[in-house]
Amino acid sequence: MTITEDRVEASGHAASDREVGKSRKRKEDQRLITGRTMWTDNHTLPGMLHMGILRSPVAHARISSVDLSGALERPGIVAAFSGQDFADEQGSIPCAWPVTPDMVNPGHPSIAVDQVNHVGEAVAIVLARTKSAAQDALEAIDVDYEALPTILDMEEAVKDDTHLVHSHTESNTSFHFVFDAGEVGTGSSTDEAFDNAEVTVSRRFIQQRLIPAFMEPRSFLADFQGGGVTLWAATQVPHIARVMIALSLGIPEHKVRVIAPDVGGGFGGKLQVTPEEFLVIMASRRVGKPVKYTETRSESLLSAHHGRDQIQYIDIAAKRDGTVTGLKVRLLADMGAYLRLVSPGVPVLGAFMFPAIYKFPAYQFVCDGVFTTKTPTDAYRGAGRPEATFAIERVMDELAVELDMDPMELRRKNWITHEEFPFTTVAGLTYDSGNYEAATDKALEMFGWDELSAEQRQRRENNDPVQLGLGISTFTEMCGLAPSRVLGSLAYGAGGWESASIRMLPTGKVEVVSGSTPHGQGHDTAWSQIVADQLGVPFEDVECIHGDTASSPRGLDTYGSRSLVVGGIAVVKAAEKVVAKARRIAAHLLEASEDDLEFKDGSFSVRGTPDAKIAIQETALAVFAAHNYPEGIEPSLDSEATFDPENFSFPHGTHLCATEVDTETGLVTIRKYVCVDDVGEPVNPLIIEGQIHGGLAQGIAQALFEEAVYDSDGNLTTGTFVDYTIPSATDLPHFDTDNTVSPSTTNPLGVKGVGEAGTIASTPAVVNSVINALRHLGVNDVQMPMTPERVWRALQGDQHSDRAAEGTQAWGGATTEDENLLGTGDAS
Amino acid sequence: MTQINLTVDGIKESAEVEPRVLLVHYLRENLGKVGTVVGCDTSNCGACTVHLDGESVKSCSVLAVQADGCEVTTIEGLSRNGELHPMQQAFHDKHGLQCGFCTPGMIMAALDLLKENPSPSEHEIREGIEGNLCRCTGYQNIVSAIQQAAGQSSAGQVASDQDSTGQSSTGQSSAGQNTADQGSTEQASGQQEQSTQHIVPGETGDATAAVPAGHSAGAPAGDIADDAAAGQSTGGAA
Repeated sequence: MTITEDRVEASGHAASDREVGKSRKRKEDQRLITGRTMWTDNHTLPGMLHMGILRSPVAHARISSVDLSGALERPGIVAAFSGQDFADEQGSIPCAWPVTPDMVNPGHPSIAVDQVNHVGEAVAIVLARTKSAAQDALEAIDVDYEALPTILDMEEAVKDDTHLVHSHTESNTSFHFVFDAGEVGTGSSTDEAFDNAEVTVSRRFIQQRLIPAFMEPRSFLADFQGGGVTLWAATQVPHIARVMIALSLGIPEHKVRVIAPDVGGGFGGKLQVTPEEFLVIMASRRVGKPVKYTETRSESLLSAHHGRDQIQYIDIAAKRDGTVTGLKVRLLADMGAYLRLVSPGVPVLGAFMFPAIYKFPAYQFVCDGVFTTKTPTDAYRGAGRPEATFAIERVMDELAVELDMDPMELRRKNWITHEEFPFTTVAGLTYDSGNYEAATDKALEMFGWDELSAEQRQRRENNDPVQLGLGISTFTEMCGLAPSRVLGSLAYGAGGWESASIRMLPTGKVEVVSGSTPHGQGHDTAWSQIVADQLGVPFEDVECIHGDTASSPRGLDTYGSRSLVVGGIAVVKAAEKVVAKARRIAAHLLEASEDDLEFKDGSFSVRGTPDAKIAIQETALAVFAAHNYPEGIEPSLDSEATFDPENFSFPHGTHLCATEVDTETGLVTIRKYVCVDDVGEPVNPLIIEGQIHGGLAQGIAQALFEEAVYDSDGNLTTGTFVDYTIPSATDLPHFDTDNTVSPSTTNPLGVKGVGEAGTIASTPAVVNSVINALRHLGVNDVQMPMTPERVWRALQGDQHSDRAAEGTQAWGGATTEDENLLGTGDAS
Repeated sequence: MTQINLTVDGIKESAEVEPRVLLVHYLRENLGKVGTVVGCDTSNCGACTVHLDGESVKSCSVLAVQADGCEVTTIEGLSRNGELHPMQQAFHDKHGLQCGFCTPGMIMAALDLLKENPSPSEHEIREGIEGNLCRCTGYQNIVSAIQQAAGQSSAGQVASDQDSTGQSSTGQSSAGQNTADQGSTEQASGQQEQSTQHIVPGETGDATAAVPAGHSAGAPAGDIADDAAAGQSTGGAA
């Protein structure tokens, strides 16, 4: 394990009393376990109206007429509107990430005016005194649609210029993004590597469409008055929403207030500026009353944005001895019908992670973003990096088989060794620290690889109907979004800084205002631990404020595993400023020079005279009274800091999965799941472990259980929890987790992000495990989710196939024609 | 409209409701009991779970009129005199919640599980909460919480016995609480059974009555009514 020597130690606490590193139970829990919650839907305002949304039942159609009269006749209906009523004011849902200069953004209305482009798009709204009256009234609205052809298959859509999702565009391609290491100068182009390769392996993988499916359905309450609006929203991004609402709807930003109260999970799914938010605001503005909309689960699965949905062509080149020499990636990324906040950026984020932990000298990435008549896609836990990690970890296993090499040995041969950090990859990222060897060794020991291998051998020899598979995923990821200048160079619309301010009250209690916006991650507890150490105050004396743009005015919110590594560091920086101000006051009160003071265990004392001591709380009271303080300074300790990280954060880990696969039924059962993750210095091991568990659940679910399926009419057939099967407690195994510590060298706490790591790592561990179980029976791939049917069909399929077996009707799915749609070696 | 008379969290209620009104909507909208939430529309998720005459039910699948003459207990009726119910305490101790949206339903389902099966195996716990979906935790810490509430020492848990108010377990030095091993290392099982001072966070002043963490009663739902016939939550997760 590595511990860097030059980490800044918080001087507030003695080492043995340090809060950071303790498994503190959470301050957040009290309200949540007693039902005193403040979900957005719990909020009511006097005179509030409920909004119902009539959503298009067809995937692609021109709207010829909308007849609201039936709804308006019903009692309790205050108003009803169609797209025509908002056409002039609704603007467009913003896309903040134009990944290429010529990216096509067709515009995204909140409510359809002339045309609908996906099932679930809003076509009309009603406002009623009760929610049930609103729902009932929707049935009385008459809409005439003239059907247009559905566009559901990406590979067809890119070729077909006659059937367009958006008639005012020239094609169904939104953008063509290229990263070529040779052109950029971070490595070589791939032509030579592949021309001279001793071995190449090519694979086509499907990253199926997923639905974030946070447990709290989205809810929005808008109260428009006096030329401005207060919006309560089940959102991860109140600050981003505020500025986007102001820009898109023309409401002066200083008159927009966005409040994220308790938010029940997000996972990227609430990282959005939504049509529903725009609609409640416009409706409230129009009728002069507060308006609330809370979606049903069916509406949520259908119309909140989806995740993933890529077709991946991966080519890897290597020498016979296993040294990798080149990597080519071509992606088709399904944007759905519209671009939302960061839709095009999701696959592009992955561009930098395909080379992963391996020292590729040559690399090329090409991605086409494609429109289809489906729900728009956007961020979902990992946002581009699970897709990348899946592809590289799968193809490394395929390469190992091709070379007849042990898959772990192949990885060891190519990964960045501990001594080589910091290491700049062929994608241009500089990984600050890591220790893949240590994490792997620990994981192998926990897993019992040799015993399980022996069992695997025995089952094969016996032709046991239940086979055993062992799967590996060694990963790193880039998180902690992000150095602002890097985001600028990628044309991302915002920066990546985070802000915090700290106030010490006269009685010595502390308020921490953070621009992060938690939705289950335990920030109140973690920031309290950090501030307790920094200021030397009790953990209980710290109160955290977040989520409301009025009381937490400056921030860039929570996503991308950024809150601790950016937001937490902003808290540290603000605390340092508080201590510096307090030191000046203490020096004055102790009649000593600042240089002679020590700050330890929350008190300032004069070096050499430990009895002359003043607690930091006393300085807070002193500046409140302001009777005795130095000339030339303000009587205040309050401090603010905005932290812009200098690099991304690079946690890593080794995940090992053992699965039993019943070859007669196709059923996959996870027998054992072990992971050793390195997220730098731990702040709260309990919270870290919880984030890992939750991440594993979603990554395993992608491998085994979940897919958003569309039928040939463009209907989402997995539109309820009956069919969109998120895992229950019986579907998941016990997880054996542990960690190593390679502190980050780019922040004073040495911390790294954790929120998405479990999801990023686990999917390929599970899939590799199943393929490992069945490889000797001729199976080289099974399309996710690896349902019993798909596993079984793969076993019945072509013995020599290196493609996924046919047998799924899911779109984005299983065609085995079209070797390499985008052309080999063609970067443009 | 139909007249219903029922008891909710110990209080007699009387109301006129449309026959189609779901119990969950009656609780939330008529009584303001927003601790019980709606998470889906197909009775899969279990977030709405309450107790009806002592049995767990999904209140989205019960009509308010069906609760006429019954006793309903919601999450808001669990703690007594400001003290957390041992199941609530266990969820706190074991980090069995993150966003908290599934938590009320999960706690109510877990109570019913332990009432039927006071000493469940891990597998039986997982089956017992199959009807309650959680997207945040991956269920492992929820299982540990239920094990604690059942009076079992946990397997593979990290939780320090320092609660959010900083009070450590009686007799434990706080330095000893620092876990050097961060991951799944097991706490000495002795720490589980020790009685802890539990100040209900948010309350000032002296510690209120201790609620033993290792509450060993086979049926912590002793506060919750009867012994009706086995009634698992309806609607398994797919």
